[in-house]
Formats: sequence, C-alpha cells, structure tokens
Amino acid sequence: MSEREIVRGKAWKYGDDINTDVIFPGKYTYTITDPAEMAAHAMEDLDPGFAKNVQPGDVIVAGKNFGCGSSREQAAFCLTANKVGAVVASSFSRIFFRNAINAGLPTIELPGIAERIEAHETVTIDLGKGTLTCKAGEFSFPPLPPEVIGIVEAGGLVAYTRQRLGCADES
Amino acid sequence: MGKTFSEKVMGRNIGSDVVAGQIIQAQPAICMSHDNSAAISGTFRKLGVREVKHPERLAIVLDHCVPAAGPKYAQNHKTIRDFVAEQGILGFHDLNIGICHQVLPEQGYVIPGSLIVGSDSHTCTYGAFGAFSTGIGRSEAAVTWATGEIWLKVPETIRIEVTGELGAWVTAKDIALKLIGDNGADGGLYKALEFVGPIVDAMTIPSRMVLCNLAVEFGAKNGYTPADDKVEAWLKPRLSPERWEQAEFLASDPDAAYCETITMEVTGIGPQVACPHTVDNVSPVEEVAGRSVQQVFIGTCTNGRIEDFELALKILKGNQVAKGTRLLIGPASAEIYREMASNGMLIAFIDAGALIINPGCGPCLGAHEGVLADGEICLSTMNRNFKGRMGNPKGEIYLASPAVAAATALRGVITDPRAL
Ligand code: SF4
Repeated sequence: MSEREIVRGKAWKYGDDINTDVIFPGKYTYTITDPAEMAAHAMEDLDPGFAKNVQPGDVIVAGKNFGCGSSREQAAFCLTANKVGAVVASSFSRIFFRNAINAGLPTIELPGIAERIEAHETVTIDLGKGTLTCKAGEFSFPPLPPEVIGIVEAGGLVAYTRQRLGCADES
Repeated sequence: MGKTFSEKVMGRNIGSDVVAGQIIQAQPAICMSHDNSAAISGTFRKLGVREVKHPERLAIVLDHCVPAAGPKYAQNHKTIRDFVAEQGILGFHDLNIGICHQVLPEQGYVIPGSLIVGSDSHTCTYGAFGAFSTGIGRSEAAVTWATGEIWLKVPETIRIEVTGELGAWVTAKDIALKLIGDNGADGGLYKALEFVGPIVDAMTIPSRMVLCNLAVEFGAKNGYTPADDKVEAWLKPRLSPERWEQAEFLASDPDAAYCETITMEVTGIGPQVACPHTVDNVSPVEEVAGRSVQQVFIGTCTNGRIEDFELALKILKGNQVAKGTRLLIGPASAEIYREMASNGMLIAFIDAGALIINPGCGPCLGAHEGVLADGEICLSTMNRNFKGRMGNPKGEIYLASPAVAAATALRGVITDPRAL
C-alpha cells in the first residue's frame, strides 16, 4: 500500500439508504461500459452537480445502508471512474460493500459519522492507521479484514486475481 | 453449539466446519448471470485466462431486456451468445425462457444443500429450495468463471418466527413488506434470514420464494425457509436422478446460535403497501387507498407465478380494468406463460382489458416496456420502488401483493381488496 494510504478531499454529503439506482441509473446498465461515460452519470438522479464538480480524492459521506438495491457494480465503478478516494458511511449494503472492495474503492464504516462531518469540508483518511480526521476531530475505524485488504491494495479484484493467477500487470 | 443452515451449507461446500464471521473461499455449484454476462465476459477476458474453469457450473439466462429494445441491447445479447458458443457453455437459456430466478429452479440448477451465487441481487430467492444463494457483483462473477472460487463471509442468522393466522387477501408479500416496514430496509444487513413457524410451513413453494426474494430488500445476504417434502415434490421431477442424488436437506440445529429473533404475530394484519421511494416506507393499504394510479403491473421474480395470477383473477375475472388505468401482466417464465395459455388465464386477463407481456423482467428495471411518463404512478407487484426504477425518476411506484394490484386495477385507485 503506497499512495493509496492517505485519502484527502472534499466531503460530498448524502443521507441514509442511498440506493444504487440513484448512484448509477438502471437504464444505462447495459448500454454504458466506458469508464469516462460511466463517470459522467454518477449520482445523476440524486445530485446532478456531482459528476461535473467532483475532484480526485474527494470523499462521499453518507448515513446508513449506502448502496442498497441492485447488485450493479457500476455503482462502485462510476465512483472510481471519478477517482473518488473513499466512501464513508454509517453502514453499507452488503453487495455494494463487496463491489467497492472489488473495485479497489476503500469503504469505511463509522456509525454516525455523517453527523460529524460538514458538507464540503476537507477530510483526511489514513487507511493504514485506520483514522479519519475532520473539523470535529479524529475518529478511528477498524481496518478491513485481512482476507480482503489484499484486494483493495492490489487496486481491485481483477488486478488481484491477475496477480494470483500469475499474469503480468495490465498496463 | 449447533450450526445454522447457512453455516452447514457453507461448511459442506468447503468440506470443513465453519462459523459465522469466518471468511471462506467457496466453490459455488452454480454461478448465475443474465444480460450482464456480456460485461462479465469483458472482465473475464481481462483476467488473462482463456477458458472458463468449470463451464458446467454456469447458468446464463437472457431476461432483463428481452427482446432487445435497441441496437445496443441486441449487441449485448449477441456478445453473450458468441461467448457461450466459444466456451461451450451448455447452461445457456435464450430470451424465450423467462426470469433467471424462476428459470433456475425450473430448469434443475437449484439443488437443496448447494451453494449458489448469482450476479443479481435477488439470487437469494433459492433459499426457498434449501439452497444457500446470494447475489454478487460482475467482477466477482468473472473471477468465479475464471477460478471456480469466490470469497464469502459466513453470515450470522436472524430467525424470523411467523405466527398467528393470515387474514383474507393477506399473502407472503404482505408479511415481507410488514417485516421491512417495521424494521427498516437495513434491518437484516449482512445477515442470513431464516423464516420459520407454522405459517411458513403451510406456505406453497411460490409463496416461500416471495419471502426469500425480498430478503435482500431487508439488507440480508440470503433468505431461507426450511426445506420439506413440498420442496422435494416441486424439484425432484425437474432434476436428473444424478443431480437429485446430490441433494441434502440441511436445517439449523435446535441449539444453533442466532444473532436475533424477530417474532411476527400476523393475526389481524391486512394487506401492506410500500410507498415511494423506498421499500421500507410501508403503510397498511387502507391508509393509502384512494390514490389514483395510471399503471398496474403484476409480474416479476417476486410475484409473477400462477398463484399470483390466480389471486388477481379472483378479483378481475369477468370484470374490466378501470378506464384510464393500464394493467400489465408479466408471467415470470415460459413454463408459467404456457400454463396460463392452457388453463384459460391469459384469455381471462385479455377479456378484463389487460396487456400480456412476454416472460422476462419487462417493466421491472425500466429499460423498456411499461416506462412511466412524468408524474405517473404505478402500483406494482415487484420488489423495488426506488426513484427511477421504472425508467423515469419523475414517476412514482407503490409495491403490493397481486390482490391489492388487481383491486387497484379494477378501481383505478389504490384499493383494499377487503373493501370490494
Ligand atoms: S424481475 Fe426485476 S427484480 Fe427480478 S430479476 Fe428481473 S429486474 Fe431483477
């Protein structure tokens, strides 16, 4: 783990139960596969300004059950396509959590965190130490289970599996 | 300490004892995918392997946008057909067969005691047949194709005891909606759900499929209803003798460790409706009765089976759908469609003014068929009412049972079937 260890960016704040239909609309799931195009539709039905203004390293902050609904992994990939640095939420839906890990997108579960972070403030996350720093202070979170941290460190499941299968790195 | 159903199936899969919380490298008996198989095949090719490791463990069903709604969808289907031919995948079902979650049990892929993953969140439906089944993402499906393995966490289990007596027009759908409404859409997050009790035992297989199908709307990893002789009667004729021999009926031990028990006393509850735009925004039907709707949809992997249409026809047969309301009927599979053609149900629906659509997901995901106009309201028997789900974020979706749907189609406003 190297430059991935520190995530620093602006907080994009959303509420509870943000579902995958508003993160990435179902009507595009079979027609859009290009990452740049996927990036342009991220959060479209919830926050039309998001895709235009999000900067690399920015952090999504949400309440409980982020990513509930469909299993579509574009909900995670449209965020990595925008170079979102991490998603911080009180809790995640199970499949989104998996998809994010598999996309190499750090997910940080911190109950009640949305109430402590102001919209648009700068948040710093140290993935190695397991700390999140914002105006309200420093918060610790448990690191990911060792069985899955390798996947995030490799940059996602595809890269991880290629390593495991002994394939050369994709350029 | 005894084991839960999920611990037993996962342990059986890897050939050793497991406990909740443990992460295992499972070897799924089946990996299901649908129209997303083209995208999965794209990721598969990036993995640097040429051949699917166990082609006999794949099941691919074209159902989400069938027949193709435009050139991109058509190309998507073609990419899948080409991949299937190239890899020699026998478990392929083209667009005439129906919705994956109905097709998998019908076509003999679901064996009690087996572990199944699917690149679709409602893969949890097969818990009604004594299988452990759960939804996964596309990349994970590609990796499962390449390696035959997937990492899974053994879930803790919530036991849901359903007791009492069901009232008139109250169905499995109402029980599931009430559970989600009372406990929130994240009430079962990461957990396995085990539905037990006399009401569950008395349920038909299709009704148990409704409970397990909706497990994911409660945030759960999988749903399970105890497998009994009804499961055997339903599945055995659909499985080859060799496959049936692999069946093992596993059940939680009496002293298994549950993380929570929810008791649902259902005596006195009536039909339930989930209001826009979340599945846990649930009200008793009488509280929302009278709101006008432009479209009613009875179908999907939740409620598109014979008993659902039977229930609807109890209300609609010999009557007419209200003026200004469109009723769409979507059989979940070709097998169901065929039975409806032979037992007169299709004619009864046509005479009532309904539009029969082909087996498949149809209006459920908003890619084609039955998209709403701005400001329109649909009452549907499907499992999700999120904003934009039916293709237009300016439409609104209410979820309910086929009985409420039929009563609503008859009156053109949300209607309590008990009030007819
Ligand atoms: S019917 Fe709807 S919920 Fe079921 S598999 Fe199809 S799109 Fe998904």
